[in-house]
Amino acid sequence: MVMKEKWSLFSQNKWAQVLLFTLFVFVTSAALYFSQKSVIAFLLLLSSLLILHYLKLKKITKWVVAAGLLFILIPFASSGGPAFQSYMDVATMVGIYVSMALGLNIVVGMAGLLDLGFVAFFAVGAYSYSIFATPQASNFMPFGTFPLGGESFWMFLIIGGFVAAIAGVLIGIPVLRVKGDYLAIVTLGFGEIIRILFNNADRPVNITGGAMGIASVTPPKIFGMELIFPNQFYFVTLVILLFTLFAVIRLEQSKLGRSWKAVRENEIAAQAMGIPIVKTKLMAFALGASFSGMMGVVFAAKQAFIDPTSFTLMESFTILVMVVLGGMGSVPGVILGAAVVTILNLQVLTELTNWINQLNFNGVISIPEALSPAKMQKFIFGAILVSFALYRPKGLIPAKNKVFDEKKLKDAIKKKSQISTD
Amino acid sequence: MSILEVTNLTKTFGGLIANQDVSMNVEKGSITAVIGPNGAGKTTFFNMITGVYQPTSGDIKLEGKSVVGIKADEVSKRGISRTFQNIRLFGEMSVIENVLVGMHTQLKTNLLGIFLNFPGTKKEELEAEEEAYRLLKHFDLAHLLNEKANNLSYGAQRKLEIARALATKPKLILLDEPAAGMNPKETKELTEIIKRMGEEFDVSVLLIEHDMKLVMEISEHIIVLDHGEKIAEGNPEEIRTNPKVIEAYLGSSAVHAPTTTQPV
Repeated sequence: MVMKEKWSLFSQNKWAQVLLFTLFVFVTSAALYFSQKSVIAFLLLLSSLLILHYLKLKKITKWVVAAGLLFILIPFASSGGPAFQSYMDVATMVGIYVSMALGLNIVVGMAGLLDLGFVAFFAVGAYSYSIFATPQASNFMPFGTFPLGGESFWMFLIIGGFVAAIAGVLIGIPVLRVKGDYLAIVTLGFGEIIRILFNNADRPVNITGGAMGIASVTPPKIFGMELIFPNQFYFVTLVILLFTLFAVIRLEQSKLGRSWKAVRENEIAAQAMGIPIVKTKLMAFALGASFSGMMGVVFAAKQAFIDPTSFTLMESFTILVMVVLGGMGSVPGVILGAAVVTILNLQVLTELTNWINQLNFNGVISIPEALSPAKMQKFIFGAILVSFALYRPKGLIPAKNKVFDEKKLKDAIKKKSQISTD
Repeated sequence: MSILEVTNLTKTFGGLIANQDVSMNVEKGSITAVIGPNGAGKTTFFNMITGVYQPTSGDIKLEGKSVVGIKADEVSKRGISRTFQNIRLFGEMSVIENVLVGMHTQLKTNLLGIFLNFPGTKKEELEAEEEAYRLLKHFDLAHLLNEKANNLSYGAQRKLEIARALATKPKLILLDEPAAGMNPKETKELTEIIKRMGEEFDVSVLLIEHDMKLVMEISEHIIVLDHGEKIAEGNPEEIRTNPKVIEAYLGSSAVHAPTTTQPV
């Protein structure tokens, strides 16, 4: 009882929250900076963004603090130890996946179209840069010299997004004739078709390098500086992510976002309200795909090597899991979902596996071969997913409708009626 | 002057004839009712007018222009709006968002405007919100504006559907059993709303309804369908005494029986 009272008092008190938050950020970043390698400190520092989401502050303040954390504090605090680049690599991957999940959220969460081939658009973006940023393009382009320079990367961000959007529309036109479960199956098929297309487009003309993939993709260049290290890509990803986030939030609260949700809720009623169904759905496909395509370009440049195995069905599922786990249609939820899944896959489970391996090696404990940590990794991930499906079916942060200010609307109407009577 | 002219409208589903040679007019600013026993083809008739189904033959003209062969969203843009027999709200969206969706076609902004949030886009959006709020107030739903549509009571959901349909600024509104599932008090309230609707929103009304008290009270013109065919047409008094209508509702013995009970 006393605890509850104290908690409610605390949740009202803005300054107590700010103080505690600052302290938390300070301690975790100091711990991260001074320790050699501490995944826990890194994760705690990242989680400060989640805490920030729940603080009772103005929206604009939250955005400024979040930007400060992401652009300055997190890269600085993790630069202390030898694990700097690996932290930045994980953070970059989180950024890439968050952006993709936000794109898929438009399709699945808002428009209610279950798309199981979403990674295809990521592949389209990745290949569109890789082909032209390597000598690969000279195999089929009669003019121009390839590879293009690193400066072209910035242009390709737009081109990649655009090409992916076109792919989205082209796939969407036949696919959107079917609904529900059938849509899921058909998109799954198209996702695989695109991957297999890339896998086999090395004969008769070698366009994609086939199963060998495309290696040594030209690194991006800005102001004469080549971007090679993860900490450099971190900032590139961050800027694009913020752009994506901004666009997604604007879309969600616009007439288009509403029409997506209306189509999801009831297609016949939406159409009776004057919403063109096919056009609206295609728009969701195209816009969702374009965010994915943009990140595909970043991914290709960051890895400097791509092949079809990066774009399998499993990837599509992973992105879908991010959206569902986070909360379908909920932007903060999807961000959290993508971050949790990526970190779990890339860092927590890998670290856990390494740790158990080490114990095994030192003879502290012995784990039979059948239960080897490498095999357990997928099991643990699966168990977490099942428990979430059971206990939080609406996701980590469930979707919320925009809250309209009744008083403001009332006043506005009153003011107008006064003017008209004057 | 009639706002809607339907001529020889026929719809068949395979061998089943849902509507046969139905012709009717809706006068501008009037309230017209379509009645008939269950399965008479009333909803099919509505679905053809709103573009959900395409008629097998016949023509539908809104203000002299045919609306046959165009899609439902285009029909809505031309000025025909509707509610549904089984409520079709956007359940997970808030009450005011439902009405805002109804205003979809009036918002002129494009993608660029959405991304860059031009002052024009902002203003348009704010005005739409105010307009939506005003509509909700009119239907006594304003205090529920942030509630999920699914959480509303049945009567409130029916009213919200009408508000949403009116948000499209229609010339003709089709109400498919608006009073179904309402209690007497709600029905009375609804009767008043429909009565005043023509003047307040400059709209003509065509409705399907089983509540005969409501129909007789508000309609200026009534069309009776049975087995897909129009069997009678006229003002409430004419319909009340029409033997064909009585037969359709109560069977032929009711008509020929020595003491005729008033069926409607």
